[in-house]
Amino acid sequence: MSKYLFVAGLETHVELQTDSKIFCGCSTKFGAEPNTHTCPVCTGEPGSLPVINKKVLCYAIRAGLATHGKISSVTTMDRKNYVYPDLPKAYQISQFENPVSVGGYVELDSGKRIRLNHIHMEEDAGKLVHEGGYTYVDYNRGGVPLIEIVSEPDIASVEEAREYVEKLQLIMRHIGVSDCKMQEGSMRCDVNISVHLPGTPFGTRTEIKNMNSLSFMEKALSYEYSRQCDLLDSGEKVVQETRRYNEGTQTTESMRSKEDAQDYRYFPEPDILAIHVSDEFIEKIRQEMPVLPGELKRSFLAKGITEVEADRLVQYKRVADFYSECIEKADAKIAANLILGEIFRSMQTEEEKELFEIKFGADALIELILLRSEGKINSGIQKRVLQEMLLSGGRPSDYLTKDDLSSVDDSAVEGLCREAVSANERAVKDYLGGKEQALKALLGYVMKATRGKADSAAVEAKLKELLKK
Amino acid sequence: MQSKILKYASLLKEKKISAVELTKEYLKKADANRRFNAFVSVDGERALKYADLADKQIAAGKQTLLTGIPFGIKANIAEKGVETDCCSKILKGYRPTYDATVIEKLSAAGAVPLGKNNMDEFAMGSSTETGCHGAALNPVNTDYVTGGSSGGAAAAVAADMAVYALGSDTGGSVRQPASFCGVVGLKPTYGSVSRYGLIAYGSSLDQIGPLTSSVADAAIVYDAIRGADKRDQTSSPLSSAAFERMDGDVKNLKIGFPKEYFEGIKPEVSDTLKAQFALFEKLGARIEEISVPWLKYALPAYYIIACAEASSNLGRYDGIRYGYRSTDYDDVNEMIMKTRSEGFGKEVKRRIMLGTYVLSAGYFDAYYKKALRVREQVSEAFRDAFEKVDVLLTPVAPTTAFPLNYTSENMIETYMSDFCTVPVNIAGLPAISVPAGYDGKGLPIGMQLIGAKFSEPTILNAAYAFERAAAIPAKEVK
Repeated sequence: MSKYLFVAGLETHVELQTDSKIFCGCSTKFGAEPNTHTCPVCTGEPGSLPVINKKVLCYAIRAGLATHGKISSVTTMDRKNYVYPDLPKAYQISQFENPVSVGGYVELDSGKRIRLNHIHMEEDAGKLVHEGGYTYVDYNRGGVPLIEIVSEPDIASVEEAREYVEKLQLIMRHIGVSDCKMQEGSMRCDVNISVHLPGTPFGTRTEIKNMNSLSFMEKALSYEYSRQCDLLDSGEKVVQETRRYNEGTQTTESMRSKEDAQDYRYFPEPDILAIHVSDEFIEKIRQEMPVLPGELKRSFLAKGITEVEADRLVQYKRVADFYSECIEKADAKIAANLILGEIFRSMQTEEEKELFEIKFGADALIELILLRSEGKINSGIQKRVLQEMLLSGGRPSDYLTKDDLSSVDDSAVEGLCREAVSANERAVKDYLGGKEQALKALLGYVMKATRGKADSAAVEAKLKELLKK
Repeated sequence: MQSKILKYASLLKEKKISAVELTKEYLKKADANRRFNAFVSVDGERALKYADLADKQIAAGKQTLLTGIPFGIKANIAEKGVETDCCSKILKGYRPTYDATVIEKLSAAGAVPLGKNNMDEFAMGSSTETGCHGAALNPVNTDYVTGGSSGGAAAAVAADMAVYALGSDTGGSVRQPASFCGVVGLKPTYGSVSRYGLIAYGSSLDQIGPLTSSVADAAIVYDAIRGADKRDQTSSPLSSAAFERMDGDVKNLKIGFPKEYFEGIKPEVSDTLKAQFALFEKLGARIEEISVPWLKYALPAYYIIACAEASSNLGRYDGIRYGYRSTDYDDVNEMIMKTRSEGFGKEVKRRIMLGTYVLSAGYFDAYYKKALRVREQVSEAFRDAFEKVDVLLTPVAPTTAFPLNYTSENMIETYMSDFCTVPVNIAGLPAISVPAGYDGKGLPIGMQLIGAKFSEPTILNAAYAFERAAAIPAKEVK
């Protein structure tokens, strides 16, 4: 780390997963044929007018509440004017004067709070497609709802930047407003970064645009931090400008300087009247809000699982929901072991864990865990049955034979243990003589007799108990 | 003036005429009067198809007052598949993929669209001389302009080429041409009529309104097009039907005489209008002198707000998706610049530049923000006035129609001449222009009646009472 302090603030665009666009009824579905999810409104045909989608407002308020923001009682839309072929009206309807949520924060694991300036709603632009020397415009994405989450310059390292983005992803996924997939563009970050010596004012900042993966963001910020430090060390100045990260050279390069910065000529959108948000409306959204990841983690920890386990479970919204349901009735520790162990092993990618598509419900897993904790099956059988369920769905009972269940008769196990002791004098003698290994022979005897169905831990305990006498 | 709509509706009902016959008659008149340049396009084949449908609707016993009645549409109101170019080269060939809400409503009523009426380019102007299809001529005297921007609509009604026409009014564009051509023009309350499909000039000011040959017709058309629209968030459910409540009774109606409106008015005009107070008194109305402060600031505020909104609204004309595209360019930026340089006319460019300037960083507060504060003050002054009176009687314009080609040489004076009409748009009020007499040259003088928000029934009824009592004869069009 150099002598310079790192200062960054993030502007994070999050695509809201509503069914229809922000100002018209067109579908927001990703990947359709170009210009099939369009209408006069989202292609900006002359005379068409925008009508705000109430669900977008609800989602934006939810995001504001989840980040501890103050929801504006009157929120208004503004026009941001600029010319680009993917922007069919030559203005983007956004928010400038009265954003939907003001202030708030995102808390990092260290307890540090990254303050938010505000969250605002806006429409996405279309997309340019370059092909065979021509440029085409696809307006399917035009009018897809976004929120922009603007942080204060509270981020003091590359690691904090990464954690902040991960925390935002986690929150937005948990409250169900976005899938926050950076590679698909449903989450994009612009970072303002500057460096300065301790005790001196903030340095001149540069803005790095459109980072679409966490690792690129880390590389870009590391590079930009050293670039700025080097400039200052060699007596040069940082120029206020917009830069972009070049994946090929792994460096940032200048896009445009401050002098070329656009004047967006923001003014109130006359086609959309001010939106009055009542306290009752906010309260209703608060009531309907899913449990936030931080709170969820605390409730999991209270059930006695480890920090690492809790983090892994909370990381995926659907996993967390599934686990929450399981622990209402089943042992939290066993449930965590099974989900993070057997079940996660069946899912190779992060994507699969995120989707968490399994063939049985929480009730089936609860049943399986109860069979074990009531001592009706051992862990070996439990694992086998779980594998079957992962493959073909169904309930534990579909895979348990009468034989499987017979193994759990405690008195039978005790009888077999006594039998083992009396039939293996040599091993008993060795064991009592201090050879711990000798117990394995006795254990083996019982397990063989039950064809592996007995709970080995219980058998071991029983044997030790018998041998103590 | 007798209601043409009622006359034709009863002829149609009694099967004395068919909608097809009526439409043919109007198509003939439209063709015979081409010299006025009131229509920029007429689609007779399409009109007759609509007329045929109207005859079927009548035969099925589903006639409305507007079924089978031919009308004109200002060239800035979207009709699916019909070239709607705002009389601008930049929208050449643009055919909307959808119908404006007002068009949907009139189609459902069985009305027969004849074609597009001439206008100032993008509704920016007061003379209907700035459009790409040339000037419209005033049917009363073709040496004079029709007024604007809905001049083609006003001329079409004045020359009886259409029974009525739809115009749009951002700063007087329905009322002033109505006044210049001697017809009735209603500018509804902002929000009474859906703007969906009206190609925007100043979005917070624009309203669609009817131009007709009688007050009753204005009320009938207004009733057919008004109402909240879920596609226009600025539309309102607060408007109410006017025609059924029109009885011509103005007893005890309080009419305000706002002195600020009569300053700087040509004596011939102001004398004619002042004389009408006596007529209203005779009908039982009460006249009260009243002050509407801030009025003189409404005009500059209007030009700032309208141009600011226009500069943004017109940004979309870039040659990429529809309309005109320059043929000579090397990259997309050059294409956009050349398309706009070649596609827009002088007056439109002037207003885009003005609007861009007032919204620019460093000027926004001094111009746009201040204009919004003036807007609030003007609205409040009107609210106060309507605590005291029901209707304000004012001029529509300080003069009668200008001679042709006068406007382009006298831009500032033309801007200033909007001072009687723009305050209504600034405050979002309803107002009507009704013929009140003629000047020495035989040019029509219009009278403006302004009401509180959503008081269309009141101003229409007052205008109706006046029209009956004054019995101003229409000029015969030669």
